[in-house]
Amino acid sequence: MSQKLYADASSALDGLLFDGMTIAAGGFGLCGIPETLIGALLESGVGDLTIISNNAGVDDYGLGLLLKARRVRKMIASYVGENKEFERQYLSGELELEFNPQGTLAERIRAGGAGIGGFYTRTGVGTMVAEGKEERVFKGERQILETGLTADLAIVKGWRGDSRGNLVYRKTARNFNPMVATCGAVTVAEVEHIVEAGEIDPDHIHTPGIFVQRLIPAAVNERRIERRVLRAEG
Amino acid sequence: MPWTRNEMAARAARELRDGYYVNLGIGIPTLVGNNIPPGIDITLQSENGMLGLGPYPRADEVDPDIINAGKETITELAGTSYVSSADSFAMIRGGHMDASVLGAMEVSERGDIANWMIPGKMVKGMGGAMDLVAGARRIIVLMDHVSRDGAPKFRKACTLPLTGSNVVDMIITDLAVFSRPDRNAPFRLEEIAPGISIETIRSQTEARFEE
Repeated sequence: MSQKLYADASSALDGLLFDGMTIAAGGFGLCGIPETLIGALLESGVGDLTIISNNAGVDDYGLGLLLKARRVRKMIASYVGENKEFERQYLSGELELEFNPQGTLAERIRAGGAGIGGFYTRTGVGTMVAEGKEERVFKGERQILETGLTADLAIVKGWRGDSRGNLVYRKTARNFNPMVATCGAVTVAEVEHIVEAGEIDPDHIHTPGIFVQRLIPAAVNERRIERRVLRAEG
Repeated sequence: MPWTRNEMAARAARELRDGYYVNLGIGIPTLVGNNIPPGIDITLQSENGMLGLGPYPRADEVDPDIINAGKETITELAGTSYVSSADSFAMIRGGHMDASVLGAMEVSERGDIANWMIPGKMVKGMGGAMDLVAGARRIIVLMDHVSRDGAPKFRKACTLPLTGSNVVDMIITDLAVFSRPDRNAPFRLEEIAPGISIETIRSQTEARFEE
């Protein structure tokens, strides 16, 4: 099983990338983003991408780097408010954008990874999000049909990972990573700490290795803080 | 005199009951956490996957892996749990959150809320707001009574794209409190800020409400 472990991001992505592909990325804001793999995507030159991610990074970090280099054709996201270059490309019509309610996005990725074609939810009923979507009533409550999402490649960031691809995330850096790990035709994980199989308590594994095809030690662990807010000392 | 933002937050905090699980939106609602009455134990949830939010950290406690939904650094408490975004929204969409307190651009007299986009301006996205208004059991809105240009924000119908339809239970503004016992009932004026006349409320509110 040790063939899952690759030396670095570019070797782990070798043979997986093509223009026009769909890539799903874990993370919330800049927390828990696969920062090493995003850097390698930028270096690879791959473009015309559809990116599935809750956010779009910031101007000079995270997925914002791919946007700035004009590699992204379409974003599927729930909130993109921290990125001026994104705004410029979107308003000029260079970038396609599909907004999803955050819980719908998480569930669409989870469903895609679980082989579920679609599901009904009350989120978005009576709003723009419901336009063109099938509606049904369950127990007297209106719900709309949302479809599962899959990707050609999924990239995630773990805190600890073993040679079998088992992953553990840390605190709120977990966020979208567990669902994203399930939705890729191929999933590549970068982890802060690579350990031997058996070193992670099997009861504590968040993502079992079946969902992870390739694994690298994370070379970039900047873990940039977007809003450093401190308690007023008193 | 209109209520201050902190007084509005304190009024919202009085709606919370011991044992409640609550999600607080960004802006004035974040002040609710500092105004929980003594003896009331509330668990705050953040939709990025944290149940049991502590206060902001001291400088030596900052951890980049502990943030709230506003991407601010935060701390954990004894009893905090971390979950994936899917599990976090199972809490919200599954009807397990007792209440959500959030801001709004407009609320209609039938409880519609608009707080995520202004057509023609850059749209940042709805984030978790549509899930919260659709899923939390009680929706409390904190907003100014009128917009910056003086237009009523509690209206007959929302003019902006909706975040949710017929979902608001209570509105707390800087001038008044409106609530309704259920989502088939009309809103009723419950309280007026000190020194504000009923005529002022009537003239600055477009929505119909019971007095």
